[in-house]
Amino acid sequence: MEKLLLLGDEALAQGAIDAGMSGMYAYPGTPSTEIMEYVQRSKSAKERNIHRKWSANEKTAAESALGMSYAGKRSMCAMKHVGLNVAADCFMNSAITGANGGTIVAVADDPSMHSSQNEQDSRNYGKFALIPMLEPSSQQECYDMAFHAFDISERYQVPILLRLTTRLSHSRSGVAVKPFKNENELKLPEDKRQFVLLPAIARKRYKMLLANQEKFELESEESPFNKYINGKDKKLGIIACGISFNYLMENYQDTGCPYPVLKVSQYPLPRKHVEKLSSECERILVLEEGSPIVEEMLKGYLGNCLKVSGRLDGSLPRDGELNPNLVLKAVNGIPFQIESIPGVVAARPPKFCNGCGHIDAYNALNEVMKEYGDGHVLSDIGCYTLAALPPFNSINSCVDMGASITMAKGAADAGLFPAIAVIGDSTFTHSGMTGLLDAVIENTNMVVMILDNSTTGMTGGQDSHAVDRLVSICEGLGVHKDHIIRVTPLKKNHEEMVRIIRQEINYKGVSVIIPTRECMQTLKRKTKANK
Amino acid sequence: MKKDIILSGVGGQGILSIATVIGFAAIDSGLYMKQAEVHGMSQRGGDVQSHLRVSSNEIHSDLIPFGGADIILSIEPMESLRYLPYLSKEGWVITNSTPFDNIANYPDINAVKEEIKKIKNHILIDADDIAKNIGSPMSMNMVMVGAASDFLEIDFEKLEKGIRFIFGTKGEEVVKKNIEALYSGKEFSKKFRSR
Ligand SMILES: Cc1ncc(C[n+]2csc(CCOP(=O)(O)OP(=O)(O)O)c2C)c(N)n1
Repeated sequence: MEKLLLLGDEALAQGAIDAGMSGMYAYPGTPSTEIMEYVQRSKSAKERNIHRKWSANEKTAAESALGMSYAGKRSMCAMKHVGLNVAADCFMNSAITGANGGTIVAVADDPSMHSSQNEQDSRNYGKFALIPMLEPSSQQECYDMAFHAFDISERYQVPILLRLTTRLSHSRSGVAVKPFKNENELKLPEDKRQFVLLPAIARKRYKMLLANQEKFELESEESPFNKYINGKDKKLGIIACGISFNYLMENYQDTGCPYPVLKVSQYPLPRKHVEKLSSECERILVLEEGSPIVEEMLKGYLGNCLKVSGRLDGSLPRDGELNPNLVLKAVNGIPFQIESIPGVVAARPPKFCNGCGHIDAYNALNEVMKEYGDGHVLSDIGCYTLAALPPFNSINSCVDMGASITMAKGAADAGLFPAIAVIGDSTFTHSGMTGLLDAVIENTNMVVMILDNSTTGMTGGQDSHAVDRLVSICEGLGVHKDHIIRVTPLKKNHEEMVRIIRQEINYKGVSVIIPTRECMQTLKRKTKANK
Repeated sequence: MKKDIILSGVGGQGILSIATVIGFAAIDSGLYMKQAEVHGMSQRGGDVQSHLRVSSNEIHSDLIPFGGADIILSIEPMESLRYLPYLSKEGWVITNSTPFDNIANYPDINAVKEEIKKIKNHILIDADDIAKNIGSPMSMNMVMVGAASDFLEIDFEKLEKGIRFIFGTKGEEVVKKNIEALYSGKEFSKKFRSR
């Protein structure tokens, strides 16, 4: 059979399309971005008119996907791990409402923080919400699991969390595809109050969710993605979750692993298999990417029942992603040596592209801030965060999307003057608008700079909801129109920008300065396409 | 047959075109392949790497173990050294010698080259210069594929076919130049080894 060469992200997208998905909803975020991008490029998604436009943020994406499920059709939303924090309200409550059409919440975690603020493990959310969870170990499983996820989602009327990690999201391999399924017809839930979480209804639905836990466990025990592989040597039993299974098998390419191995790719944990492993083996080693969730569950608080090793007893590092070498050391206890990197090699951190408008905006801001000293600029997440590095050293925070405006507000409330927020256009429409409303209502003395490059730059140039709307949004939120000022961040406009920033700092109230110039990457792409 | 290759360079230099050509050739030869890429933050002019694994047997890990790479194929000299922890004892470092200097503290290029020359199996090739000489500076990456071609255990024709596949939409001239680059890289590499 012909195989497609796909990233893990893409394999999941192709699987969802082939399994009859009617709508895909997402906000970009590494390493999840390519799921939606693949659906947007897909010919069959176009032919079937599958919904595939970006959402304003992860919460709106998750809610829209839930709405499509309400209407009986199959849907998926996708986000990076921290995106699930934004969508958490919908996510947790959707476990109680349950699903109608099958629905998948695809979340890509980033252990080792290659492109993220933290390395939180989304499996915590799955456990928290008490819903079934899938964690593929290969690109083929990404594809196959889309079918499986929609099926169990509809069988138990429950959303499914599908967890990816960077290495699988962004690794390419051959994937065999299946014949595609037709989409569901529009069909409202049989119980018209299923989605009405008034306390009396919510209590009932919650009991149903609790009652289903046993069935979810049975599903895991019978899942084609969980596997018990026997081994002769019972001194050790290994539980390998998601891609850590690959790192284990990498070390036993030719011989096969001498110890019994339980491969886990569907949760809740397959109890029967875990019991078998723990009764047969003297000690259990848990290999898992992210937090020691399974390890903690097995070990218990006192750690006096079962001998369990993993990230908590130092067999594996407590943080960071796993690799074949770390896994082998955890199995055989033999430390490994790695060659050192020669001293001449200098660090090469990411930086602004040549000609980027953010450079000119920060040059102007830096000049003004010389008068006030360090510590006045609260910022946010995007390409413009690179100004935290030398030679700019312009910004003092990057916490979560939208936090620049609200943190500047809090700092202004505390008496910091001037209080400056620097935020990108896409981040502003993601989560900055509501914070600006807070500031407008109190007429907080602060300056907000929205660096508008008319795209979601950091994640590769996806459409930004802010394009052509920033001024009207700020006006609508109540910022005085004399204090919404557009400038063009170019070297030749440096003096003008300096003057405007200074002037708005001295205005007692909320000002919004919008340096506007297209991202060099999207510009380059357009010029190339027009050639 | 099993080849584990670390591709390295600087974000924006285009190491992924190398992965695409070799990957295409591998799949076309009926081999298994896994290729882990770097997306996101570091693509903005930072150091980037890709783990490319090709084998006649099923491949498990998406990552190459430390000390396991058969080849480090780098389009930037300093970047070839960053991944030495991955190189196997008998592995080859095949690297472009033209520096990509986008940082304030880029080391003395001669010191970098000296360090590369200490590696038992290495090929230093001025791929930028070779690409310029054939009148196609953009084909530097394919010069590098050519330089590695004798080590890949993949038919050379398959690599040519890979180039046709990825550059085909850009016209016959672009395809021809890139294939010429592939040959030039192979030639230089052979000469370098028989010095
Ligand atoms: C909750 C959350 N969602 C997504 C991301 C990923 N992310 C980081 S920066 C960014 C894009 C920011 O775009 P914009 O604000 O327009 O700034 P630019 O990069 O274009 O300068 C995204 C989507 C994240 N870090 N957190």
